[in-house]
Amino acid sequence: MSITASIPAAGAAQTLAKARTGITGLDELTFGGLPAGRPTLLCGGPGCGKTLLATTFLVNGAVLFDEPGVFVSFEESSEDLIQNVASLDYDLGALVARKKIAIDFVRVERSEIEESGEYDLEGLFVRLDYAIKSVGAKRVVLDTLEVLFAGLGDTQILRAEIRRLFAWLKQRNVTAIITAEQGAGTLTRFGIEEYVSDCVMLLDNRVVNQVTTRRLRVVKYRGSAHGTNEYPFLIDAQGVSVLPITSAGLAHSASDVVISSGIPGLNQMLGAGGFYRGTSILVSGTAGTGKTSLAAHFVEAVCARGERCLYFAFEESPAQIMRNMRSIGLDLQPRVDEGLLRFEAARPSLFGLEMHLARMYREIEEFSPAAAVLDPISALRAETGDVHSMLLRVIDLLKSRGITAFLTNLLSVEGMDKADLGMSSLMDTWLSLVQLESNGERNRGIYVLKSRGMNHSNQIREYQLTSQGVKLVDAYLGSSGVLTGSARVAQEMVDAAAAVRRAQDNQRKQREIERKRAALERQIQELRAELEAEEENARKSLQHDEELEKRIQDERRAMAIQRGGTVS
Amino acid sequence: MSQVVSTAMEDSLHPGDAHYNLRLYVAGQTPKSITALANLKKICEEHLVGRYHIEVIDLLEHPQLAAGDQILAVPTLVRRLPEPLKRIIGNLSNMERVLVGLDLRAVAPP
Repeated sequence: MSITASIPAAGAAQTLAKARTGITGLDELTFGGLPAGRPTLLCGGPGCGKTLLATTFLVNGAVLFDEPGVFVSFEESSEDLIQNVASLDYDLGALVARKKIAIDFVRVERSEIEESGEYDLEGLFVRLDYAIKSVGAKRVVLDTLEVLFAGLGDTQILRAEIRRLFAWLKQRNVTAIITAEQGAGTLTRFGIEEYVSDCVMLLDNRVVNQVTTRRLRVVKYRGSAHGTNEYPFLIDAQGVSVLPITSAGLAHSASDVVISSGIPGLNQMLGAGGFYRGTSILVSGTAGTGKTSLAAHFVEAVCARGERCLYFAFEESPAQIMRNMRSIGLDLQPRVDEGLLRFEAARPSLFGLEMHLARMYREIEEFSPAAAVLDPISALRAETGDVHSMLLRVIDLLKSRGITAFLTNLLSVEGMDKADLGMSSLMDTWLSLVQLESNGERNRGIYVLKSRGMNHSNQIREYQLTSQGVKLVDAYLGSSGVLTGSARVAQEMVDAAAAVRRAQDNQRKQREIERKRAALERQIQELRAELEAEEENARKSLQHDEELEKRIQDERRAMAIQRGGTVS
Repeated sequence: MSQVVSTAMEDSLHPGDAHYNLRLYVAGQTPKSITALANLKKICEEHLVGRYHIEVIDLLEHPQLAAGDQILAVPTLVRRLPEPLKRIIGNLSNMERVLVGLDLRAVAPP
């Protein structure tokens, strides 16, 4: 208690009670919902979703928050209203029967009313009071109060009564939405924003390039912080959802976990052995370079780990993608059946960028995948700045949830688009697929243009789309650069022949040496034999000489004896 | 069926003969509602002697009746008979407009 007192700002924010709308995104951007017990003005042009938003507020109140509501319709009869919102899966009829919602159709027809003298709108108050009591309502919708200005002539009385009505609603402590048509240059045609000072929201349905986008803006919210931007919102079969783009902080945590790209060769090129979890990966390339094939490998790798993957296809139908991927040996159908893979296919021109964003946001919230594929982002055609800001938000959205984003981008043949350059800073890993043209053929090459936090390869590697998937071919680095395709094959053959020749050369040299060695050894033997022979001769002659010498001496001695002399 | 239509047509052609079933919706005994009832009685006594019936409904007592006759402003005078249904809102101080509203007088030429 002392803590809240010491921080007045936080304390003040907490004291303002809020009524949750239950509308995805709206409660976030208003930090909790509409001001509880006070009227909120909801203005906008025709057909921008005022009635549906207001109805959603009531239905969610009755169904989710146990706050019954009253719908006072000045435009549509109860039957029409029930029928109109049935398209959003709201069973208003059942809620009315269960006394969760009361609908009162106030019909104001100028031609049926004659005015004579003073009057007030106590009748409306009585009806509203009666309806509120009948269901114990905490929420009230008045749609559209300004019809009164067309039905009744005395605007002075009307203004006084409307002012009284708002005060009365506040006093009754009901959370009210009052809808009003937007006027030229003013928020409402009859200026009733003067009387509602607590919260004003503006809806807008803008057409740009023949594509409409619904937007919501909180013009003011007294006593509370709120998002001030225009936020796209979506009305479809799942109801109303507003997309808050408030995840402006760069606070997402960085994961050290590496996940496989699905292609062994590519993992090798990336240094770390794959992509970091929760990063953004862009694959860019010209037509037919196999961007979707790469994406499919990634998808398969994600699903193989038992994780969920959401695939946003902007150009092909899911069936077409799956058929095409079967041709490279990837069958994604079982993954779809397992519930691990979900395709969301929609033509980019179907909605504006904001709508796509809103739709993606909702799908991501609902499916909570581990990875998301956007194929291809180049299909999202709009002003470069718009695409950039949308992708920034998608990536922020994915990163803040730790979802790995895999985006493909079709490049024009000339090379990098402007949009591409703008995007590079958003991407953590950028793989570029290139067509290498030479010798009358095109070959596919892949290189890692950037990969944050990884010691990645700087090589251009050739890859092939085979029936067993994408295969990276070992790089051939010749003297004139990287060789691909048949040039590589040719060079490899040349090399192989040269190798054979070199081997043969070696063998020949080896043999020659052998031969020389043999010859020399023979020579050595001959010489040795010669030497031995000569030695033998020498020995023999020495012996002979010795014998001769001995004989001579013997003879000399014998001679001396014969002569009678002594031996000297 | 055609008989009914012709009667209705006669009624509108000769409004002086039809019976008037009138309802005055008020919300409590406010000065406006008291004035309205007084004005209404005066008009009826002047133009519809013996062939009118006034029913005063206080919405504070019967709030559930407000929606049925599409009451928005009070006081509201509803002419239930003769048909078609007519609504006149206000304290009925402008007698000319009440007479026009009740088809008792043609719209004054400009």
